Amino acid sequence: MTLELSLNQQPAHARQGSSIGQPLTRRDGFLKVTGAARYAADNHPPGMLYAVLAVSSIARGRVAALDVEAAKAHKGVVEVMTPKNRPALAADPDAKDHPFMFRLDLLQNDQVRYPNQSIAVVIAETLEAATEGAALLSPRYEVMPARVGLDGAESIVPRAVGVGGPAVQHKGDVEAGLKSAKTRIEATYETPAQYHNAMEPHAIVVAWEGDTLSIDTPSQGLAMAQGRIAGLFGIAPENIHIRSPFLGGGFGSKGMISGPQVLGILAARLVGRPVKLVLRREQMYGPVGHRAPTRQTLRMGMDGEGRLTALDHHAKTASSTFDDFFEPAADASHTLYASPAIATSHDAVRLDTGTPLFMRAPGEATGSIALESAIDEAAYACGMDPLEFRLRNYAEVEPMTGKPFSSKALRECYRQAAETFGWASRPIQPRLMRDADGFLTGWGMGTATFPAIMFQAEARAVLRADGSGVMETGAQDMGQGAWTAFAQIAADGLGLDIDQVDFRAGSSDLPNAGIAGGSGHTATAGMAIHNAGAAVIARLADLATGDEGSPLYGAGNEGVLARGGRLYRRDDESRGESYAEILTRAGLTEIEGHGKGAPDPASQEAYAKHAHGAVFAEVKVDPDFGQIRVTRLVGAFAAGRVINPRLVRSQYYGGMIWGVSFALHEEAITDRRSGRIQNANLAEYHVPVNADVPSIEALLVHEDDPHVNALGIKGVGEIGITGTAGAVANAVWHATGVRPRRFPVRIEDLLG
Amino acid sequence: MRDFSYVRANSLDAARQAAALPGAMLLAGGTTLIDLAKCGVAEPETLVDIAHLKGLDRIEVNERGATIGALARMSHVADHADIKSRFPAVSEALWQAASAQIRNMATIGGNLMQRTRCPYFRDPANFPACNKRQPGSGCSAIGGVTRGHAVLGISDACIAMYPGDLAVALVAFDAIVHLGERHIPVDDFFLLPGTTPDREHAIEPGEMITGIEIPGSASARRSTYLKIRDRQSYEFAAASAAVGIEFEPDGRTIRDLRVALGGVATKPWRARAVENALKGKVLEPDTVRAASLLAVEGSVDHGANHYKVELAPRVVARAIRKLGETA
Repeated sequence: MTLELSLNQQPAHARQGSSIGQPLTRRDGFLKVTGAARYAADNHPPGMLYAVLAVSSIARGRVAALDVEAAKAHKGVVEVMTPKNRPALAADPDAKDHPFMFRLDLLQNDQVRYPNQSIAVVIAETLEAATEGAALLSPRYEVMPARVGLDGAESIVPRAVGVGGPAVQHKGDVEAGLKSAKTRIEATYETPAQYHNAMEPHAIVVAWEGDTLSIDTPSQGLAMAQGRIAGLFGIAPENIHIRSPFLGGGFGSKGMISGPQVLGILAARLVGRPVKLVLRREQMYGPVGHRAPTRQTLRMGMDGEGRLTALDHHAKTASSTFDDFFEPAADASHTLYASPAIATSHDAVRLDTGTPLFMRAPGEATGSIALESAIDEAAYACGMDPLEFRLRNYAEVEPMTGKPFSSKALRECYRQAAETFGWASRPIQPRLMRDADGFLTGWGMGTATFPAIMFQAEARAVLRADGSGVMETGAQDMGQGAWTAFAQIAADGLGLDIDQVDFRAGSSDLPNAGIAGGSGHTATAGMAIHNAGAAVIARLADLATGDEGSPLYGAGNEGVLARGGRLYRRDDESRGESYAEILTRAGLTEIEGHGKGAPDPASQEAYAKHAHGAVFAEVKVDPDFGQIRVTRLVGAFAAGRVINPRLVRSQYYGGMIWGVSFALHEEAITDRRSGRIQNANLAEYHVPVNADVPSIEALLVHEDDPHVNALGIKGVGEIGITGTAGAVANAVWHATGVRPRRFPVRIEDLLG
Repeated sequence: MRDFSYVRANSLDAARQAAALPGAMLLAGGTTLIDLAKCGVAEPETLVDIAHLKGLDRIEVNERGATIGALARMSHVADHADIKSRFPAVSEALWQAASAQIRNMATIGGNLMQRTRCPYFRDPANFPACNKRQPGSGCSAIGGVTRGHAVLGISDACIAMYPGDLAVALVAFDAIVHLGERHIPVDDFFLLPGTTPDREHAIEPGEMITGIEIPGSASARRSTYLKIRDRQSYEFAAASAAVGIEFEPDGRTIRDLRVALGGVATKPWRARAVENALKGKVLEPDTVRAASLLAVEGSVDHGANHYKVELAPRVVARAIRKLGETA
């Protein structure tokens, strides 16, 4: 996949001499607003059939009967795939070779373990026929009672939380710290199950040709998806070509290939024709992950100056009955506030739900809203301003490990955001501010943080004799702007103007770019691009400096600069020549270089690496109705080098709006008798509408980080939710004097 | 697929005839019907398209009142200058309903036929029991998720909430529904569930809504629609009130008062007890507050929706007070 660049003015990088740092608009924006961008479900290979899932009504039990005949008799239905005729797989979908592999429901038997689990696939000539065929299956079940809610099953202590993290950790003696404290608080908060609800549903278009597979499907991790499919079908990964140029949002739910996507591949194999399978909205509430509910209890002790003497954070969460993903909510207390004693622990129940998975800031978001609420309570208990309290407990080193931070401009974030917001005039007592219309007004704040993670990525760079360049990496654009940011890094890495670079991404036949997740994609794939660029420039410099006919002859690699499609002598910039001249004289049509991006083990060991931010929120609450409206949000974030401030600001906005959503809107509501989610649609599963976010500011705080990676990039995709959700909750308290204990906060919580 | 016939009616009479056939349903804006067909509640055998019929989208307002054609779009009525000045509650109710996209498509006649958002009603595949869909099959909502269910006008057979906004304002101002030649008060058009929750409207086979008529009045002219909800837009009411008021020449004594509630009842809910308690009284905060409590007389909640019982009188009181302040 490659994008044509169409800029209607001289691009900023041409004026500034670099691409990195410029606020370019999305290079794929024009394609998207004109409808020309081709998403997975837009593909229609010749002879394609439509597959529709039949999903379980019940939460637990078995499918006793399916009326396959009735479905097959329906006009247009070609085949019905059930456990009886589903093509064989080379691997057990219930196998778990490593913590990053999740069990899939691929019609391996008649068991039902959550609502909306796939129980059959109907394949037909039209979408309508397949849909009706699925309805005609009229399943009969043997039903067992559903286990629902955080008290719905026996509690266990998981072996690990998140991906391989310890469920229980501590440093120092929390009980002694609490005992010695002058002031103590203990508080419990509940967060609900939430669903990713990406605008684009999971979709797959599959064509088999012998044992090779051609797939269009949205993926945040092309190489991982390729590997998973290869393992399930017993074919070589290189025989699987996945295209994923655009995702209509992923948020973690497209990180791993999901069961329904694999069922699309199986359906195509069964009928021997290309198949398209697209989830309906309500079918996204089950097999493609969610954010698990939590109940978190925090205990804090403070000395006479408001310094923490102990911090204890316990989180109860839930997973499915058949797989392990435990929201690592309590781990949010490892990194933010200094305390001589910190303990974090988790327990969990296994419920009849689909397996929860990574959802934008998994653990960080849930943990943050509880931690930031408790910090607010602690500050008030000490009679201190919440910002002053946070500064009093500012962590100069990572609290849990004692490691120095690779960089931490959080003080500057606090300062800039507080000043912009006007925080200084805030009364400490709640329920003191009213606006001219009589609305209770409250100001709250929260600290944002997210780890700076890197995975593994590769890139391939090419310089061509016509002076242009190519950069290839199988990066994934979920909407965050990868097409643009990576092209900017590529342009600088190749020493070319951005419109001289053909940047290719979004396809599994390109070098493995790793996963677009963990807020680590720009750093990881960006470093691979940067290094590939450096490698090909080094080869070019070798050619020039070893060629007597070049003005660069004898300069040596170290003595050469690449800029604007030319190499220059570092000691004499009047001496240089173009890439085209060097390659043409060498008789080469092109040269290539390869680069990798990966975390540096030595600096991983030496430093704690996190992005930070501060978010301030204003809410207004109608005193009679308990109706809450967020009226202002100001965030300031420090996340290392900013590749594209326009895109980065958008990520912060999106995260902050999600924080509002977390505090006030999002909740999957379950019928306790059936275990079914009763608001599995976008009319009743609420996220903020535009009118819910009237004013939002995101300030970019300068931060140089020499340790995270050579480009100094941390990551901006998830941090905005953290801090914001708590800031809104704390503003609600400040307005009303009512402390939110369960989220989202609703009218009935404030009616009094 | 599930086949159905599509008929494009070329006249009102043709539409009525076609719609009288078993399994036939009228299609106008489609915002409710297509939604209900997708979730398996509506299974029309014939769709009779009336969206293009001429002359049914007129909005006429004069001293006596307003007449609005069944095919007038919600957004057009909401934005009509005379509706805004003579029936502010009607305009405000429409503005706060649904989303901009839906308001641009949905018609006034279709709006009156809007059905409940009860999640059990809307999910026949997973909850077969629903007296509204299948008389005698039971009610899945009772004992289930009930935060959005009604607290007024419920029965053992059904607690589904009437979700609309416009009809609340219409009930407050004694609007008349025109079913061709037959005219009935809008309050009688909507039926209580009782033992027959499947029957929601007093409309007979072969009848069709041709328009509505809203009598002009001083109370309609000084009116408002107040809608409370968690989200700023695109959400059904937690509680809402359409209120109109007319004062005696002293500017303080209430001559006429109209109060109707939304978001809390099985149909648009006229709160006559509140009206009667305040007519002839001087508008004082304590009097208004006490009288507003009568709005939820006889309410029965199912736990999660108890807050509506608390909220609704406050919404009524605020709306009355607000109209008093604009005196």
